[in-house]
Amino acid sequence: EKLGKTRPGPFSSDEKPTSFESMTSYGNFYEFGPDKDSPAKNAHRLRTRPWTLTIDGEVKQARTFAIEDILNWAPLEERTYRLRCVEGWSAVVPWIGFPFAELLKRVDITGNAKFVEFWSLADREQMPYIRLPLLDWPYVEGLRLDEAMHPLTLFAVGMYGEVMPKQNGAPIRLIVPWKYGFKGAKSIVRIRFVEKQPQTAWIKAAPDEYGFYSNVNPDVPHKRWSQSQERRLGEFFKRKTLPFNGYGEQVANLYSGMDLRKHF
Amino acid sequence: MASAPDQRQLQLIKSALFLLCLLPLGRLLWAAYTNDFGANPVEFVQRWTGTWTFNLLLLTLCVTPLRVLTKLHWLLRLRRMLGLFCFFYATLHFLSFIGFDHDFVVSDIARDVLKRPFVTVGFAAFVLLIPLAATSNQWAIRKLGGRKWQELHRTIYLISLLAAVHYFWLVKVTALLWPLAYSAALALLLGWRVREWRRKAIPVPQFPTAKPLKFFKQKPE
Repeated sequence: EKLGKTRPGPFSSDEKPTSFESMTSYGNFYEFGPDKDSPAKNAHRLRTRPWTLTIDGEVKQARTFAIEDILNWAPLEERTYRLRCVEGWSAVVPWIGFPFAELLKRVDITGNAKFVEFWSLADREQMPYIRLPLLDWPYVEGLRLDEAMHPLTLFAVGMYGEVMPKQNGAPIRLIVPWKYGFKGAKSIVRIRFVEKQPQTAWIKAAPDEYGFYSNVNPDVPHKRWSQSQERRLGEFFKRKTLPFNGYGEQVANLYSGMDLRKHF
Repeated sequence: MASAPDQRQLQLIKSALFLLCLLPLGRLLWAAYTNDFGANPVEFVQRWTGTWTFNLLLLTLCVTPLRVLTKLHWLLRLRRMLGLFCFFYATLHFLSFIGFDHDFVVSDIARDVLKRPFVTVGFAAFVLLIPLAATSNQWAIRKLGGRKWQELHRTIYLISLLAAVHYFWLVKVTALLWPLAYSAALALLLGWRVREWRRKAIPVPQFPTAKPLKFFKQKPE
């Protein structure tokens, strides 16, 4: 299903996009199963309408928005970003959406809001693997407020000119291109502003393997494998992984003075 | 007691088993021919060859229990082929690792083997398989002598444990289901052997109330 009119957005890479076929048949979305091909097999059970997004926590007034309204918040931009999975594969994807910061024009956060939590849908009717304790459901991810507000951080509603496929996190998901892919929560139903650093699903599952920041960093290995290289989908041999996935120029200043080995 | 197949029948069974064992390789070649590897072909090849190495390892370990339980002693004649196919897929698995992951650069491979525990364990298992494959012929059995040969080939139990650890370590916490299933199968096969060894061990008679005999303390009557 084609999305309406879009315009080219900033920060786009001119690398050749990974095939749409690859991006819709391969990926992680554990609510639909643990294998790379499970989302493509099972995500058809997801119902993306009606869909609402609730904003609460450290806000003056909690609000709930319908997806139809969110789609009209800002002009839709196409941004071709590199995507680096923590597992060691990577891709180039033309996402469609608008900066996450648009949300802040619609809600008033309090002075206590320091972090943002992203909650994915966890409905056992639509998502068969919610029954298994693969992760502590619902899937929760988080960013520091300034990371979330960064112009690179995208609220994505589509890709390749199409409405977001269900297996890729329809109807709305987050894209944080300088972090490992799992930081981009899919099928988001709730956004909570909080004062303390969130406990994310992956930190709960394996705190020594998945840090809160999870910035792409070739110098900090995962506990069980090196992160210095990656295999681009569609290629046979590995290529070097870039610090901040190649977005260092835009985001490195967010972490000045921090020890990124400690805050991995 | 079931009758054993004659020489010709056994040859037929062996040929059939040989073709069966080639099927996983056929699947790979077919996928290469039709370009049906999915989005990440290298990962597909590495998983496929790894999975089939483990499958054949388990099948090899099934032979003895099956033989004892069914009393079909000719099954033993199939074990060498299963073991060698296990080594064959392990070799493909190893080649896909040093080729695709490291471009056959020895220093890269060495660093990976040293730095990533699951690679270390997998590599150790592969290296330990080599002498078993090399001595899987009549000549080696004669040369080593049956007992020595058997002792050497018991390394397969250690290899199977290394394989299980390798599998556990490479998956994420969310994907433990398959490593668990394989380990359960392995535990069953090894557990059966432990029970058999205990059963067959010559029992040492023990009489808790017995006292050491005292000879010649008393003058015999």
